[in-house]
Amino acid sequence: MIIEGKKTVWSQYQKNIADDHYFYIRSCIRQNLWPGSETAFLRIIRDELRKDVIEDANHTTCTGIGYHTDVVPIETTMTVVARLFALMTERGYENMITSCITSFGVITEILETWHEFPETEARTREFLKKATGRKFKVPHNLAHASDIIYKFRKEIKEKGTRSLVNANTGEKLRVVEHIGCHYSKMFPHKGIGGAEFPYVLIGMIEDWGGEVIDYPERRHCCGFGFRQYLVKANRGFSIACTKKKFESMEQFKPDFIITNCPGCNYFLDRWQYVISEMEGKTYSENNDGIPILTYEEVAGLVMGYDPWDLGMQMHQVGVEPLLDKMGVDYDPKKKYLDKNGNSMGSPEKPNVLNFCC
Amino acid sequence: MNKYVFIVGGGVAGAEAASQLLKLGFNVTLAEKESQVGGKLNQWDRLFPSKRKSTEVARFLAEGLSGNNFRLLLNTDILNIERTNGGFSISSGTAKFQADAVLIATGYDVFDARIKEEYGYGIYENVITSVELEARFKEGGKIFTPKGQEPKRIGFVHCVGSRDEKVGNHYCSQVCCVTAVKQAMEVKEVLPRSEVFCFYMDLRMFGLQFEDLYREAQEKWGVNFIRGRVSEAAENIDGSILIKVEDTLAGRPLKMKVDLLVLMVGFVPSAGTQNIGKILNLEFTPEKFLKPSDEHIDTYSTNQKGVFIAGTCKAPKTITDTFADARAAVLKIKQYLEEDVPGK
Amino acid sequence: MFQESKPKIPEWGYGINKDRQIDFDRNDRRLAEYIRKYEPSYKLCISCGACTATCTTANLTDFYNIRRLNVFLMRGEIDEINKHIDKCMFCGKCELVCPRGVNTRKVILIMKEGIKKIKQNEQL
Repeated sequence: MIIEGKKTVWSQYQKNIADDHYFYIRSCIRQNLWPGSETAFLRIIRDELRKDVIEDANHTTCTGIGYHTDVVPIETTMTVVARLFALMTERGYENMITSCITSFGVITEILETWHEFPETEARTREFLKKATGRKFKVPHNLAHASDIIYKFRKEIKEKGTRSLVNANTGEKLRVVEHIGCHYSKMFPHKGIGGAEFPYVLIGMIEDWGGEVIDYPERRHCCGFGFRQYLVKANRGFSIACTKKKFESMEQFKPDFIITNCPGCNYFLDRWQYVISEMEGKTYSENNDGIPILTYEEVAGLVMGYDPWDLGMQMHQVGVEPLLDKMGVDYDPKKKYLDKNGNSMGSPEKPNVLNFCC
Repeated sequence: MNKYVFIVGGGVAGAEAASQLLKLGFNVTLAEKESQVGGKLNQWDRLFPSKRKSTEVARFLAEGLSGNNFRLLLNTDILNIERTNGGFSISSGTAKFQADAVLIATGYDVFDARIKEEYGYGIYENVITSVELEARFKEGGKIFTPKGQEPKRIGFVHCVGSRDEKVGNHYCSQVCCVTAVKQAMEVKEVLPRSEVFCFYMDLRMFGLQFEDLYREAQEKWGVNFIRGRVSEAAENIDGSILIKVEDTLAGRPLKMKVDLLVLMVGFVPSAGTQNIGKILNLEFTPEKFLKPSDEHIDTYSTNQKGVFIAGTCKAPKTITDTFADARAAVLKIKQYLEEDVPGK
Repeated sequence: MFQESKPKIPEWGYGINKDRQIDFDRNDRRLAEYIRKYEPSYKLCISCGACTATCTTANLTDFYNIRRLNVFLMRGEIDEINKHIDKCMFCGKCELVCPRGVNTRKVILIMKEGIKKIKQNEQL
């Protein structure tokens, strides 16, 4: 691997990310699957870095999931997104950040469509006015939440107490990075690093002490894709996509996987369980599985937060081996206790994957 | 006859045109930016279709460049050309020259394969270009990967930088298909136990003996041909390259591991060509090569009277065709210089 | 803390889709080498499709396509060949039209021979 070659590519795909005053759009499904991720993001950006981030209680889904399943026509999606812009304008903000990568993709697509076909923007303004009476301004800057963490990765490193190194051997942790398809595959210049060699997560990992692995199926979709996944009979397609990625990265023996898309996180985590039950195969030594972390969870770990505050007990693939590797001190007994110390209940033990208590 | 011709570019076209003009009695100044004439010919080992040594042709080129009427300027860049009373004044930064006619033979560059990010050139060590492979042939002996291992499987990717909307080059670079077949056979010659694959979209075997080369590659050397465009190349943990291609003839996607991936890079108009064209206000084709006056009956004159073009600065060409092109341009120049036009 | 009893494996309702890619590194290409050895004209095929165009069987049965079967053979996809190769009638029209002079009839004969040997685990 000639790293200079990659650096040349990365330098060609840089983008402008706003500094402060963000309007935060949450993700539909993220809080169910990865509780604590969005909270950790707000905690880091607001409390630690003292940036101004607001969200509006009136905000709705961006309907990206509906658009990508052919359930919601594009005109409706444009109008709903325009309403989000209106909420942002009414609060006096012009920098939008999204938690979900599909929101980012849909909003980028809409902005580009409006740019090339101004009549669609005019029509959307009319629809919004008729439906809600709101007016909006197009955001000055649109970024994904991982872009923000990327932008402030050095500050996070300075404030943080932990590093992505193996505490026993001192070696860098080997990390696989997986970018959501909607981040840069459609509009390579809207993603840091472009479509072939996206840099947004690599930048984070490298500055936080880890080592990034390049493997042949790096570009492959995880299979989420909305439309094929929603119908149960099609899930064979989705799981085969994820399996292909695992088969390819197995030879590199990664310590964990970092993603910036909620769907990808979900799939890479849950499908390891399904593959282990269906075929008895896991992709690590001694059936531990490869833990999947969101970028906020990694940032939170680097900052020194308690893993159970980050919601890491909800992961299908147990994170304890990784936490032990990193030398994170956590209380295993508190895993399934809530804030008041009462038990939250506990899951059933899988047949193949190791699961710690 | 005291007419002076200034030739910009000492490649095959420029050098051959110089030879022929000298034979016809003209004074010739040949300016070449490198330290020797011959252009890209000096980088090739053996030439298609007969696989004869390029040094034989280079020697032939050099033989004609002598005499009192010939001046050779090596390591010289041309900075400006202006019209002056019926002729031209050419300046190289350190000196000025006068001429009655100018021949542009600034040639081509190979496509920069780094632009095709998906092939990983410049990022993965075992991805090289056909130009680099040819240099290895010139050095002689076995072919090794950049890390010094003997490759067991070599893949050739056709149409890199040609016939490609994404990099802006729609045209076919003509010679890469036959070069790939030639190089595939040459690889089999030095590594007989290796497996060689050519991944093509079409096989452009237009010359008289090119189909025979294709047949020889299949029959005698066992080169495998897979019709399909390689979509991406990625690196395995041992440094070998995993490629994905559709085997269009089987109708199924295919993946395989190769130890060395050779990219057949196409022609792009050279920086010198683009520069000179701007200096002289010459017309460019949509592909950014220099545009001749007429596509059939006069491909040597330009929109500028007294300025002529020869060789690959106007389109991709084989060496055989470049020789013919240079000689035809010479005839045009001769006719121009012997024209009796008052006040020229 | 844990419910130690093994959970019932749920009725998944789906399986894992099989990879459609021709995995060139893992395929068994002995049959192709066997044919190359015993009928060298096989190496000359350029997949022009003239054989399939004139083929009696291709015109009147499902899927039989000698050009495509030859490509599968070269890539080591023996299963596909097994399914269809017995449909050939050996009429010889393919050999008549081949521009490269491949002895297609012999190639098919040797293919069948080779497949039988593989099935009986004999040396090729």
